[in-house]
Amino acid sequence: MAGYNEGDLVKVVKDGHEYTGVVMPSRTDKITLKLKNGYNVGLSLDGTSVELVEPAQALPKPERKKHPHKPGLPAISILSTGGTIASRVDYRTGAVSSQFTADDILDAIPELTDIANFNGKVLSMIFSEDMDTATWQNLARAAYEEIKNGADGIIVTHGTDTMSYTAAALSFMIQTPVPIVLVGAQRSSDRPSSDNAMNMICAAAVATSDIAEVSVVMHGETSDDVCSVHRGTKVRKLHTSMRTAFQSVNVSPIATVDYATRTITKITNYTKRGERELKLMDKMEGRCALIKFYPGMSPDIIDYYREKGYRGIVLEGTGLGHVSTKWLPVIKKAADSGMAFVMASQCINGRICDRVYSTGIDLLKAGVIEGEDMLPEVALVKLMWALGQSAEVETVKRMMKADYSGEIHWRSTL
Amino acid sequence: MMDYEKLGLKSGLEIHQQLATVHKLYCCCPPRVRDVKDSCFEFFRYLRARESELGEVDRAAAEQAMARKKFIYKAYDTTCLIENDEEPPRPLNGEALSVALKAALMLNMAPVDEVFTMRKIVVDGSNTTGFQRTCFVASGGYLETALGKVGVDTLCLEEDAASKIEAKGDTIVYSLDRLGIPLIEIATAPDIHTPAQAREVALYIGTLLRSLPEVKRGLGTIRQDVNVSIAKGARVEIKGVQTLDLVEQTVEIEALRQVNLLAIRDELLARNARIDDEVFDITEIVKNTGSKVVKKAMSAGGVALAVKLPGFRGLVGKEIQPGRRLGSEFSDRAKRAAGVGGIFHIDELPNYGITQEETDAIAQKLGLGTNDAFVMVADAKVKSARAMDAVKIRAREALVGIPEETRGALPNGSTEYMRPLPGRARMYPETDVPSVDITREYLEKLKKELPETLPEKAKRLQGQYGLNEELAKGIAYSPSSYGFEEIVKAYGNATLVARTMLGTTVELRREGVPVENLAEEHYKDLFKYVAESKIAKEAIPKVLAEMARGADIDVAVSKLGLGGVGEDEVRKVIHEIVESRKDFVKEKGEASQSGLMGMAMAGLRGKADGKLISRILKEEIQATLKK
Repeated sequence: MAGYNEGDLVKVVKDGHEYTGVVMPSRTDKITLKLKNGYNVGLSLDGTSVELVEPAQALPKPERKKHPHKPGLPAISILSTGGTIASRVDYRTGAVSSQFTADDILDAIPELTDIANFNGKVLSMIFSEDMDTATWQNLARAAYEEIKNGADGIIVTHGTDTMSYTAAALSFMIQTPVPIVLVGAQRSSDRPSSDNAMNMICAAAVATSDIAEVSVVMHGETSDDVCSVHRGTKVRKLHTSMRTAFQSVNVSPIATVDYATRTITKITNYTKRGERELKLMDKMEGRCALIKFYPGMSPDIIDYYREKGYRGIVLEGTGLGHVSTKWLPVIKKAADSGMAFVMASQCINGRICDRVYSTGIDLLKAGVIEGEDMLPEVALVKLMWALGQSAEVETVKRMMKADYSGEIHWRSTL
Repeated sequence: MMDYEKLGLKSGLEIHQQLATVHKLYCCCPPRVRDVKDSCFEFFRYLRARESELGEVDRAAAEQAMARKKFIYKAYDTTCLIENDEEPPRPLNGEALSVALKAALMLNMAPVDEVFTMRKIVVDGSNTTGFQRTCFVASGGYLETALGKVGVDTLCLEEDAASKIEAKGDTIVYSLDRLGIPLIEIATAPDIHTPAQAREVALYIGTLLRSLPEVKRGLGTIRQDVNVSIAKGARVEIKGVQTLDLVEQTVEIEALRQVNLLAIRDELLARNARIDDEVFDITEIVKNTGSKVVKKAMSAGGVALAVKLPGFRGLVGKEIQPGRRLGSEFSDRAKRAAGVGGIFHIDELPNYGITQEETDAIAQKLGLGTNDAFVMVADAKVKSARAMDAVKIRAREALVGIPEETRGALPNGSTEYMRPLPGRARMYPETDVPSVDITREYLEKLKKELPETLPEKAKRLQGQYGLNEELAKGIAYSPSSYGFEEIVKAYGNATLVARTMLGTTVELRREGVPVENLAEEHYKDLFKYVAESKIAKEAIPKVLAEMARGADIDVAVSKLGLGGVGEDEVRKVIHEIVESRKDFVKEKGEASQSGLMGMAMAGLRGKADGKLISRILKEEIQATLKK
């Protein structure tokens, strides 16, 4: 029915009943109205009259507060890649808009202004599942620039789905003298119960601390008591929705942050502020794949990647690091042609050992290298990075077996 | 009796009814209320809210206050991650929606064509997410009352909130068992014009809802809020009116409160009353007082403050509703705003350990005239100052009229201040829950499943059980109608059962018997025994009274000495009576029946059926006459 637009105040008369409300976007053939009482209702348009009461009003822009810097506080740069760490709800229309700029974030979480002086850059506004190696490289370069220009710490706001991939990528691409902290929100930031503020405040505490690592800071418990500081190469999203989704795997977190007091309690050793020299190594080989093995899986996929010119494959094998013996000849052929193979485990927890069973020993003979206790996703990102640093397969294999950023621990402890 | 029409009394009801569907509204947990000691897990959260529509004066202060509040949640093996706000909600419960639509159809309402779940911001901690999920289902209905149609404006389907277990300082403990239980919310138009009509509407809606099997039964499953205004007064929302009688009483007493407040206002204006801004420190005057409250505050390093209210003398202590005065309103405000225990005012002093001397000294310090009043408080410095500010605000409102407020119902029908009327609800779409289309076909299907309407039920009861019109209507419109049919199907005696449920209980209540304790089970037991001749119908009131006071039926029967006697026993007793009055019988013949009936009943009342006694007496008399 013509004669009205989104935002118009209209009166709908249906079967003798009147509904007055503002027209909302509708995904169906019905008209959706926001009534005066705040509720949205959907009304079918047959046998209905729609009368324009008042055309859409230009809604005043929300006030943007300025946040002047305070003397004596450290300088932190916020790099936004798209995760919604802050959002605004317009109750008049019901629209939720994400907020990415530093000023918007400080508006939503004013406590941050007591912790540091913030500058911000919006690098991308995409879902984290749509990221690729180019996204990671842009991010690494931006972080490098900020640190070079004097930032005392970096906070990267990120969608939680692939945050650990990006954390791994940054861990390899940058050697950093200051903290680089990745942070996100598991529960949408428009809701009063969101974990966004707590995570962000704890992230800021870490970004101004002496934990000069790439880390992921998220809720440590379901209560709002502590956040955990996870090494960027040792963290995985292990739950689809809980606040505690992010867990350190095969190691303890580096530290915890008490939300109320912002006190950081150290758990393991870490690289301290200023210990490392700033260095950017951002080349990456995107033609790598992660293959999760299951019983009966065909090794055709290896041939497919080889024919496509892929340079490296991480196998997510079973148990201590196994795939079907039927794969051995296919793997050998690909490895002989110059592809790098790394074994990781779909057990997620534990260390690879291909020296126990015959399959494993045969895999080693075919040219596969053990991924130690690396997470499969981290091994993939590291392989892309290693192949970006060197075209020599043997060099790459050596790099995969060396520890650059805490991705490999030589001792497995409880 | 007030002339409600003249007063321009307007009232509306808001009813919240819990459902006993298989699952909660947005998850697959059972809608079960639990004992908090069975909680198996506990966690805490803070909530943050932004925009300024908190209904508070100072947004920044309100946000800061909220930032400090810690909410502790008790979880159970019957609650899940969705209650913990750790998982997105499931789609809207179709069973609950069908019940809501049925209720809407029975109230002649028009359902919408597409139901959207909204998020309504609630930041008192009773929703772990910081919002309540709620849907608008239908509007534009009505119901008939003795005084005409009352509109039913809206029907919504929403999730119930967590229940508050305790509040200590800045920490509140909530129980998650109740969170997510489906609620049907029905709001009438302010078309109610008398307290009795309010009761009638509440009864009608309550009974209608109970005709739907998926509706939860029992204490606490239905909550009633009442809003009341008089023409010259203001709209007040009263929450938590527990019983039908209280609905009527509360409307009546709120109208009275508003009338009285207006009278006080007029008197204050006539006296040129005003509120002095100055807050006096009277710590020195009361530092050696005998008042426990004041002493406690002093020894904790607190102060005593007072404000002067010129022209208010005698009016602060004036009763505006049973057990409450204008001073009670001051006290409520002070308690809510500052967390103090209460206030004192000149109209109630000397009392509470504060002497006449101290009272006079305070009056003198404040420079009070004979028509002036003071209000004082003793507590920590900051709290006392806040308390006095709150009192001043309410005193200023007293010069204007009735403040619009949300108030809480008290057991005697009076009310106490809870908070300001809520501002516009902050709502936005719950995008995690898809909208639901209501098709014409679906509504037609539901229409076929509707339980009978109350008028239909009354007619059927008349025909099916031979009740007269009045009894049939009384039972149909009462919440006990299910029990009635079950009992009559099992034990017969429809009219007796109806009269007992409707008439006897009313009489007993007048005699002070706690009939609200009687449940369907009691009536079942009672009429079972009547059917088995263990109790004569004349004994019913006494047995009911005993059961209302807590006895079970066998205890009641033995306590009352009812054993019921068999026919032989009856004949024996009557034979003795007739023998002992042989001469009287010979003299009066059959007419002696009426005289001897009294004696027979005195000896046998309640132990045997009156008709039986009468018959046997007649037989005995005839036998004697024959001799």
